Parts: sequence; C-alpha cells; structure tokens
Amino acid sequence: MQTLEPLIAGVALFKGMKQEHLALIAGCATNVRYEAGQFPGLAGSPADCFWIIRQGCMALEIHAPDRGTISIATMGDGEVVGFSWLVPPYQLRFDVHALTATRALLIDGRCLRGKLAQDHELAADLLGRFSTLAVQRLEALSLQLMDIYGDHATNID
Amino acid sequence: MATTPRTSTERPSAAGAGIADRELAMRPDPWRVARVAAETADTFTLWLEPAGSGVEFAFRPGQFNMLWAFGAGEVPISISGAPGRVQQLVHTIRAVGHLTRGLQKLRRGDLLGVRGPFGTAWPVDGAEGHDLVIVAGGIGLAPLRPLLYHALANRSRYGRVALFYGARTPDDLLYARELEAWRGRFDLEVEVTVDRAAGSWHGNVGVVTTLLRRVPFDADETSAFVCGPEVMMRFAGNELLRLGVPPGRLWVSMERNMQCGIGLCGHCQLGEWFVCRDGPVFSWDRAAPTFAVREL
Repeated sequence: MQTLEPLIAGVALFKGMKQEHLALIAGCATNVRYEAGQFPGLAGSPADCFWIIRQGCMALEIHAPDRGTISIATMGDGEVVGFSWLVPPYQLRFDVHALTATRALLIDGRCLRGKLAQDHELAADLLGRFSTLAVQRLEALSLQLMDIYGDHATNID
Repeated sequence: MATTPRTSTERPSAAGAGIADRELAMRPDPWRVARVAAETADTFTLWLEPAGSGVEFAFRPGQFNMLWAFGAGEVPISISGAPGRVQQLVHTIRAVGHLTRGLQKLRRGDLLGVRGPFGTAWPVDGAEGHDLVIVAGGIGLAPLRPLLYHALANRSRYGRVALFYGARTPDDLLYARELEAWRGRFDLEVEVTVDRAAGSWHGNVGVVTTLLRRVPFDADETSAFVCGPEVMMRFAGNELLRLGVPPGRLWVSMERNMQCGIGLCGHCQLGEWFVCRDGPVFSWDRAAPTFAVREL
C-alpha cells in the first residue's frame, strides 16, 4: 500500500526529520481536497487537525458583526495552517477558508498528540519546528500590527 | 532658474563635482505637467515634459529628482518611469505633507522645477545572469518600477524575475492595471499581498516577507532589490539572507531628508554617508548596520 510518507518528507516543516518520525506523522495524515469557498474549519469548533497545503490557498478569517469578514492571513503551497491542535483547549480560533481549490495533507491532531505523548524525541523535534514557525508568524503579525505603510510611512516632507 | 534647455547629462553625478557643476546641479529646469492620474486615495502619478524643446533626460533605475513646487519648496521623488534617455519623466508621489500636497494640486499644463537625476542606481548590469528578486512595500514599488521595466526590456539577460509586492489594503495597491498585466506574463512571477483585507478580497493577506518562500529561486545566483518603509526592508532583507541570498547581492533604497541632492548640505547624512550622493541605493552590507542605530 502506498503511504503518504514521501509527501510528508517533502514538506518544508519536516525537512531533515528522522525517517521513523516521518512514518509516525504519515500514520496520522490523509490527503484531502477542498473546493474554492469551502470552510474546512470553523472558529469555535474542535481543533482536531492541521493542514499542510500541497497546492492552493487558504485564509484564516474571522467574522465581526459590524465589519463582516476580516481576513487575518493567507497561506499557500507548502505552508502549515493551524496551531490550535497543539495547545489546550484544542479549539479553532479562526475560520479556515479555502480561497481556491486546495489540495492538502490533513494531519489528525489527536492521533499526533497521542504519538507525541509516547515518543518524547519526536515531541521535542516537532515542538521545536512548530516553535520556529510560530516565531515567524508572530514576526509577520508584528509587522502587520505596525501598520508600516500608514501615514507615518515617509518623512520626505 | 535656467532659461536655456539642457540635457541632464551635464549634471554632476556624484561626489567631486566642481563649483560650476554644483551650481548647475542646484538650478532647477522648468518642466510642464503633461498628465496627472490618481493611483490611490493619497498617491498620484505625474507625467512631465520639458518646458523647452530638445531636452533629453537620462537616468538610471533607482535615481531620484528634486521636484520644486513653486512657492512651497523642493522634495526628493524617485523616478518611476522606464529608464534610459527619455523626453518624459514619470513620478509617483504620495501626498503626505505640505510639499507633496502642493504637487498633488498641479494640473495639466502647470509648471514645476526639476533638478536631477541624483543618487546611485540599482546595479542592473552587475545582476545580469542572475535571478532577480524584487521586493516592494507600499510606495516603494515606484523606485523599483524602472528596474522592472529594464529587466523586462532586457529579459534574456536575466534568469527568473519575481516581483513581491505588499501594500496596506487592496485599495492601496499602486499601478493596479499594470500589476494585472505583469501577472499575465509568462516570464515574470508576481506575488501581491496586503496587510488588511475584508472578505471580498481573494488575494494574499499578510506581510510581504511571508511571500518570499513561495517562489523558488536560486539564492546563490540571485540579486535582490528591496524598497519600502525601513522596517519592512529590514525584515525582508533578513528573510532573503535566511533564504541564502548573499549580502553583497542584496540592495535596498534608503530615504532621508534629502535637500541639495549632491552631498553638500548634510541633511541626509546617514552615518558616514549622504543618502542623496552615496545612495539612495545601498548594498545590504552598508545599509544594515545603520538600521538598528536609533541616533541615525
């Protein structure tokens, strides 16, 4: 039977990971496809998975009654969508919206959490990778918050 | 003010200009507004033609002019049209202060003064044979547009060409029609993102640095050009370094209070350099150490 291990091995997040760890992650993975406009996850629902986009584009969105839908960030090919599976209360904070037809690897968060609890080496490795990713996302969000293109963006006159 | 039209090639180009050249460099030429177009709510483009006949203006991508709004004063503005020897100047300007708002009020047929071109240019010749990664933030696309025009006009001299452009909102994107046309080309990759968007926007959301990992390029053989707010250049530059672009092939365009344009008045001093004369285009090696110095 063909496994998803080669696909998992090709994901930037897992680059250089031990073969046995890749196999464990692949055991929690399935291939999924979403049509444009579909919502694979809704804010408030259980965060029992995360996605790695193979091809397509997904947005993290939130709906505000007075402002409509606000797009927080978009993710494209090779990027990871979803951190909430990793930390209690394991609940999605934002809607996950497929903006285009999207193919992705869906990683079952409960399955993977179980494996992390048993294999501490895998846990240390994966948590380190997610921490790096989280820092990169925080850095990007900090720039967004700075509103660097606002009226203060130039001092020429 | 100059009464006899002359070519810009008479201008002193940098340090070491003699007194006569300095005087020439300080004298604005009259140019006439041929066209004005609003790009966004606060940004507009001026097309200028020489008020005298037979004037040919030569500039390189990345250089700037001093534009004089009569009665208000002068302001440094990058040239955003196709480079080379031209008879029309294009400047895209964001109206943020007294002077630029003065320029915004100009209409077809109005006169203004032009001194230039000044400053260093994007090193297009040194980048030949390389992939070109062009990273623009906000109004920073304007000084990069001549570079892109040059690359597209000399397409065979470069490898992959990719433009990454970030703006505040979808309404703040410059050159919207041109961006669409560029996206339709097979020899140019264009990734656009905005910091904020409503649900009706189906493009990318997030800062421009997040796009850089999406288009593969050969980092060892890449020349990268970055222009935007200084904080954005700092983060984009660091991301490009992380991706393997050599610091010596990473270029940024700095902005300071340029006034004379020829390194005499000292208003635009940045450490040991004058931005108007030694810049505005600097290699990362030279610019990066200044980013974290508050006193500069």
